Amino acid sequence: MDKFIKFSAIVAPMDRANVDTDAIIPKQFLKSIKRSGFGPNLFDEWRYEDVGEPGQDCSNRPLRKDFVLNQPRYQGAKILLARENFGCGSSREHAPWALKDYGFDVVIAPSFADIFFNNSFKNGILPIVLDEQVVDKLFEEVFAQEGYELTVDLEAQKLVKPNGEAIEFEVDSFRRHCLLNGLDDIGLTLQHADEIRSYEEKRRQTSPWMFNA
Amino acid sequence: MPGKTLYDKLWDAHVVRQEEDGTALIYIDRQLLHEVTSPQAFEGLRLASRKPWRVDANLATPDHNVPTTDLSGGVDSIVDPVSRIQVQTLGMNTKEFGITEFGMGDPRQGIVHVVGPEEGATLPGMTVVCGDSHTATHGALGALAHGIGTSEVEHVMATQCLIQKKMKNMLVKVDGELQAGVGPKDVVLAIIGAIGTAGGNGCAIEFGGQVFRDMSVEGRMTVCNMAIEAGARVGLVAVDEKTIEYVKGRPFAPTAEQWDAAVEAWQDLKSDDDAVFDKVVEIDGSKIQPQVSWGTSPEMVLDVNGRIPDPAKEADSVKAGGIQRALDYMGLQADMAISEIPVDYVFIGSCTNSRIEDFRAAAEVLKGKKVAATVEQALAVPGSGLVKLQAEKEGLDKIFIEAGFEWRNPGCSMCLAMNADKLPTGKHCASTSNRNFEGRQGAGGRTHLVSPQMAAAAAVAGHFVDVRDYL
Repeated sequence: MDKFIKFSAIVAPMDRANVDTDAIIPKQFLKSIKRSGFGPNLFDEWRYEDVGEPGQDCSNRPLRKDFVLNQPRYQGAKILLARENFGCGSSREHAPWALKDYGFDVVIAPSFADIFFNNSFKNGILPIVLDEQVVDKLFEEVFAQEGYELTVDLEAQKLVKPNGEAIEFEVDSFRRHCLLNGLDDIGLTLQHADEIRSYEEKRRQTSPWMFNA
Repeated sequence: MPGKTLYDKLWDAHVVRQEEDGTALIYIDRQLLHEVTSPQAFEGLRLASRKPWRVDANLATPDHNVPTTDLSGGVDSIVDPVSRIQVQTLGMNTKEFGITEFGMGDPRQGIVHVVGPEEGATLPGMTVVCGDSHTATHGALGALAHGIGTSEVEHVMATQCLIQKKMKNMLVKVDGELQAGVGPKDVVLAIIGAIGTAGGNGCAIEFGGQVFRDMSVEGRMTVCNMAIEAGARVGLVAVDEKTIEYVKGRPFAPTAEQWDAAVEAWQDLKSDDDAVFDKVVEIDGSKIQPQVSWGTSPEMVLDVNGRIPDPAKEADSVKAGGIQRALDYMGLQADMAISEIPVDYVFIGSCTNSRIEDFRAAAEVLKGKKVAATVEQALAVPGSGLVKLQAEKEGLDKIFIEAGFEWRNPGCSMCLAMNADKLPTGKHCASTSNRNFEGRQGAGGRTHLVSPQMAAAAAVAGHFVDVRDYL
């Protein structure tokens, strides 16, 4: 995983609550056995006028002009500003894969669905939870100013607005450490292989029925 | 010190190590695998030259892409080449790594959340994971079960552990006695309607109270299945005599002395009387009516005798916008009665409602009746090959077929349209599945979540009706 470094980028506003994973990446694209290439189908049903099929070239498909990501002012956005309960629904990791492949490194919302929140960190996406009023304000500012950018500083746990105003955010220290250093969870866990083995041995003694195959 | 909740007990029993900030390594007893969320995990293992930590903790079956029509050609019966590759990939991966798979054509094949409990592969007291959010289903057996992403599937295969922080404890207590015609699906839809789709975010929900004590284990699975639709990754019901009776004699269940020891250990799988929950919601079970969802989120649900909400009467602008968008998508008008919604398709199946009791309940309504002429297609899709065989043994297939239903082979089917069963654009479907998101059952499809009995009654009437008038 790449290290998460400080950056500034355009913010795209997704102004609706309960954006679910079926909307983020519709199920027909889940048939892929790869991890990459989901970006062109991010928000497929909202983004295109026709029904998307896996494996298709999306560059000539008719776009829904009013959809936020199709508007010229939000091209190149790396930060998605969203409403409450973003990422609800299925556990598909294809949702963060699609967001990442499209170019989003950060999603800001008043709340996230648990599985999506968790999956994001594992794919180098930083989900940031901010108070509803702060998010409301950001929406206002993004709508008001074309080219609105935020600077994301994970090290300092701060977002910086174009006017220099900073917004602090909370992030789990372990997850922050993993993102900043681009660490792979499996390698970290296997450092504790002896502890896992000794737990397992004890469990085999006390609850042997858990090991029936 | 206050007592422990069931979740506390399951958590404590599985902590391998815990950091100061609360991040813990949790040991996983059982991982269920299906074709959609596992290929990238197997690929990850191969790329890193890693082997599964404990091969026998894993059990696989294809379900999402499996066709429900003719299966005589095995994997070759799958017409869509992309779907076929995904199912073939599961077969190749499980073979390469030595993992047991119930493949297409095996009578034990089916929806992973039906197969696990049916085989006794998920047991009380276990930690169970699967790359599917409806893994919460297995909590009905007093197991700590939740959905995970593909990176975590790979992590569990490689380490037998999951990195987790403890969730909060939430109790949803439903007391009283359910009315006739009101079932587990109505209970869980009513709960989601009451607390919202984010009501359980960050929590493990324990379902307690008389309604769940009286409910069958299969009914509890329907309820726990949809904990995720209330925002909770985990749903739980305490172990009791019904749980133990359910597990007994299943292929992976313990036998002889191990059975006795297991049953003794399982007695403790309930919250202590003095346990403290972070959040408690109480609902009067006797007041729950048959439910029908009207919108594009499971919380957009109403009593069958209710009326569609009016966005003009909603003060919160984000909510009003949500209602308006849902009305537009669903092709409905504010203030319409639920019974005015026509039903074009009927789907009885999915990991929520495809067990034997679901088909018995629907058959009770359908017996001697016909599906309305205006209904274009009515599907009955058992959750596993074994559910199908049992239903056929009881003659239920004949009731469905005589009524005008198609009696299909097991799979996820029209719940999510990753296979050939899709809801066409603009059509209304009375569905026993779990999600009514836009496009979930097929692009442009309009889903209404209901119980198997309500789906059967809607099939007969051609629009939504109160099943209590049909019993």
